[in-house]
Amino acid sequence: MSVNDYTRLGAAQIASSVRAGEASPADMIGASFKRAAEIGAGPDELNIFLHSDEKASIEEAEQMRPRIQNATDLGVLAGVPVAIKDNIASLGLPTTCGSKVLRGYVSPFEATAIARLRANGAIIVAKTNMDEFAMGSSTENSAFGPTRNPLDVRRVPGGSSGGSAAAVAAGITPIALGSETGGSVRQPAAFCGVVGVKPTYGRVSRYGLVAFASSLDQIGVLGRTVDDAALALETIAGFDAMDSTSSDADVPIYRLASLGKPAPEARNPDAQAMRIGRSPIPPPPLPGPTTLEGVVIGRPKEYFPESLDPDIRHRCDRALDRLRSMGATVRDISLPRSPLAIPVYYILAPAEASSNLARFDGVRYGLRVDPGKGLKAMYEATRSEGFGPEVTRRILLGTYVLSAGYYDAYYKKAQAVRTLIADDFRAVFASGVHAIFTPTTPTTAFPIGAISDPYEMYLNDIFTVTANLAGVPAMSVPIGRIRRLPVGGQIITAHFDEYAMFRVAYALEAGLGAEAHQ
Amino acid sequence: MPVTRQDVLHISELARLGVEGARADELTKELTAILSHMEVLSQVDTATVPTTAELGAGGTPLRPDVGVPPLMSGTLGSIAPAMRDGFFIVPRLASHEDSGESGA
Amino acid sequence: MTQSRYEMVVGLEVHVQLKTRTKAFCGCSADFGAPPNTNVCPVCLALPGALPVLNEHAVELAVRAAVGLGCRIDPVSIFARKNYFYPDLPKGYQISQFDQPLAVGGSVVVERSEKGTDLRIGITRLHMEEDAGKSIHDRYPGETAIDLNRAGVPLIEIVSEPDIRTSAGAGAYLRTLKQILQYLDVSDVSMEEGSLRVDANISVRPPGQGKLGTKTEVKNMNSFSAVEKALEAEFARQCELLDSGGNVEQQTLLWDGAKETVRPSRTKEGSHDYRYFPEPDLRPLVLDSKWVEHTRKDLPELPTAKKTRLATEYELSVVEVEQLTANPALAEYFEAAARASSDGKAAYNWVMGEVQVALRSSAEDIGHFRVRPADLAQLITLVRDGTISHTAAKRVFAQMAETGKPAAQIAADEGLVQVGDEGAIATWVDEVLDEHPEEAARYLAGEKKLQGVLVGFVMKKSKGRADPRRVNQLLSSRGG
Ligand SMILES: [Mg+2]
Ligand SMILES: [Zn+2]
Repeated sequence: MSVNDYTRLGAAQIASSVRAGEASPADMIGASFKRAAEIGAGPDELNIFLHSDEKASIEEAEQMRPRIQNATDLGVLAGVPVAIKDNIASLGLPTTCGSKVLRGYVSPFEATAIARLRANGAIIVAKTNMDEFAMGSSTENSAFGPTRNPLDVRRVPGGSSGGSAAAVAAGITPIALGSETGGSVRQPAAFCGVVGVKPTYGRVSRYGLVAFASSLDQIGVLGRTVDDAALALETIAGFDAMDSTSSDADVPIYRLASLGKPAPEARNPDAQAMRIGRSPIPPPPLPGPTTLEGVVIGRPKEYFPESLDPDIRHRCDRALDRLRSMGATVRDISLPRSPLAIPVYYILAPAEASSNLARFDGVRYGLRVDPGKGLKAMYEATRSEGFGPEVTRRILLGTYVLSAGYYDAYYKKAQAVRTLIADDFRAVFASGVHAIFTPTTPTTAFPIGAISDPYEMYLNDIFTVTANLAGVPAMSVPIGRIRRLPVGGQIITAHFDEYAMFRVAYALEAGLGAEAHQ
Repeated sequence: MPVTRQDVLHISELARLGVEGARADELTKELTAILSHMEVLSQVDTATVPTTAELGAGGTPLRPDVGVPPLMSGTLGSIAPAMRDGFFIVPRLASHEDSGESGA
Repeated sequence: MTQSRYEMVVGLEVHVQLKTRTKAFCGCSADFGAPPNTNVCPVCLALPGALPVLNEHAVELAVRAAVGLGCRIDPVSIFARKNYFYPDLPKGYQISQFDQPLAVGGSVVVERSEKGTDLRIGITRLHMEEDAGKSIHDRYPGETAIDLNRAGVPLIEIVSEPDIRTSAGAGAYLRTLKQILQYLDVSDVSMEEGSLRVDANISVRPPGQGKLGTKTEVKNMNSFSAVEKALEAEFARQCELLDSGGNVEQQTLLWDGAKETVRPSRTKEGSHDYRYFPEPDLRPLVLDSKWVEHTRKDLPELPTAKKTRLATEYELSVVEVEQLTANPALAEYFEAAARASSDGKAAYNWVMGEVQVALRSSAEDIGHFRVRPADLAQLITLVRDGTISHTAAKRVFAQMAETGKPAAQIAADEGLVQVGDEGAIATWVDEVLDEHPEEAARYLAGEKKLQGVLVGFVMKKSKGRADPRRVNQLLSSRGG
């Protein structure tokens, strides 16, 4: 395949043609920028990029040339253009989190996930637009204007990783990094018709991810295909001494191409122990995803309510049929406390956010507005000017639920219910279910400006937020379209069992074939 | 339990958000509406739930008392709004202006 | 005196900087005195995206302190965020411990308080936390300068029960606590360098009343005697307030050392509601019980035990051991010299005499003193076996302190080795008797009290080298 097919190349294909010397990294980066210009990624059109520097990216690509000539191993992502959500600290390009309070801020250090991508040959082409501090489900809450969905420019791409999802959907990069707190990778992936993965809490280092709600945040990946996402996650996953909440469990191989290798989870007894008595998926049949013999898929009734959009239900049923036809058993299950997830989430996440965002005070970096009336006035002017309405709302909400007299009724209560929600998942996986299948979102991409009520917007996360609360891995894969708008299906597995999640995803992708985008 | 305007002003003060005027009234309504959806939690029996949420096994990892701080490129001056003689400079706390500690 | 109608109730919060090389949650140096904002990194500057990782040695020191103060160590403790805005608090919260601290329930026994009995002050809790940076308000007019070198340095906070009833009791508690922490070697415990800071909670009530009065918090004391003075001042203020029919208002007060008064803290901008919640960036601190037990067994000898042992082992008085154990390095020095010389009494005399004088004049610390305990022991031995006189020994010691040479070598080089030889002494005695015929005649006639004078002449003639015992014997035999 040549660089002329750029928008149809997967990350692995780009890397292998670069390693084989068929195309140069600079060609690939050039193609990416060409595509961005073609589709209108700039601020006046789709508004996908907050920052990019074509010259610097090309230069970085050129620097790989001698290493290719010397046949040095450039890594699995050699010459692969990637887009990075703007709340992940990067050297060279600003990190603004879509907020005025960080306008122009260039991080003097780099996130572990980005460092790992670069170490494997990837090249950053852009920092992508997002809801301010990842608070939102539509990328309309960016201080730098909304991103438009490349499939329908009147509609939102979802959020908060809307820019990253749009970059992948538009064919600008095969993979992108996003971040999740309540569904911020999976929901835009569903709205844009791409694959979005939220790994297990602790699977990917949060070092360099600007914190929204630390106990829920996790860097995730977006890819055009399951394989793109698997490759990206394999690259960034694993223990990091800089993040006290990162797990030292071994990282299994996620890619289909590697599935013939010995079952990786056997390597780490601790990871095994975390599975709580669940029988592991039988060794993968060779050579790949054509069968799910012995795999049990759970269909939780709480995620298929009466009120669910019939078209979305239909696409989900079709997907489940395909999984069945590949040998999987589909079992009706219940996650009874899931309906409590939104209230729990919108107490805990703002509580942590109110504390995490206290550092934006105009003292050491970022915006400072000083009306000349002393320190307190400087704080208030900086923060009221720097934060948009949704961020202000959530900081207030979080401050309220933590304040004296309300802590027990809200924060503590929510924390306890969170434990119950996680227990539901544990019980299901302990009962022999290997993966749970649900719709990713209750609707398809909605028009820009359509939702003004904050709580109605929060309900976008209704099917995704439980995985964040429970800490389990989850991903969204395209399972069809409704009136040209993509629908996502969600696959959830047990803690650190991304391996099983990807197996089901590969199978579903293969089983649906062209239907995934119909 | 409705949120009052007084509550909003109080938490805005705690969070240094400078909310005032009509915005305080709007936020009072918004927060009351959002929190009304949280009331459902009060009906959940959580008496038997252990108080500490565990996130992953084992205790917090410890680092040896040696070594290098995490890397940082460039100078503080390039990111700081105001620096002088190596110090970050902020407007004086109002309380210190009349405390007799100024103008040494 | 209106004050006698009330009793003072005081509890102290002591913040102690742990002796680590690096900060609590990042690899930055914890050293004191670097140029501003040079010991900083993304973590302690609270740059967006940075995360804390706990320093193992800080945990070890905190556990050692807790065990040494007789606390119960919780196998699982939780870090929490204490949220407030201040420009020297980079994250907008301090990582501390709240609901589940590292340790609870210890005590400090202050021996022989002013009332002559031991005083036991309960320790409510001991928890780990990080320090804030430094705000300098008097450097630039209208502005505050911030130095974050200290931000993130590990501390323990030791909270006492409200068991203290007098300002002198507070001072005694603090001195005892400081000594214990010194023996445990967990901190430099220097108020001057800010590695020990004290806040006091004080209320008053009529003696015998069980219920506590409304308390105030007094801060900004920079020495133990300032703590005592501040408590007296605040006690008087509260007593007068109550006597005049007023109420004590719960508030934070600052001690003004120059004016010797307390004044309300005006840094209280907005109400205090710290909104504590568990720190989600750190998992719970889980301590292995075997490791805690090991720490307990490995604990250094604490002051009380050391005093008892030294008194018996070296036959010293209460006052003498008190002096020797004032700081652990001094006690250690003494004991090494006493062991090597097998003479506790002499070692005590030297350590509290010449050694102290030398240290004071050179402003040296005993840990770096040139005369090592073994050298001092050698000097003590030389005096005991009569090789040099006590007078000469002082001269030898002065040279040892200056040059670090061994005692025997200095004594030989300076010709200070005592002459015990009968012939030489007899010659000096004869010469003295010749040179002082009048005294000689009276002495020989039986005026025994002149013997001392004549010995003095002989010592002078011999430049101190004559063994005075021999001289006495010889003179006695002449006068015999
Ligand atoms: Mg404290
Ligand atoms: Zn640091």
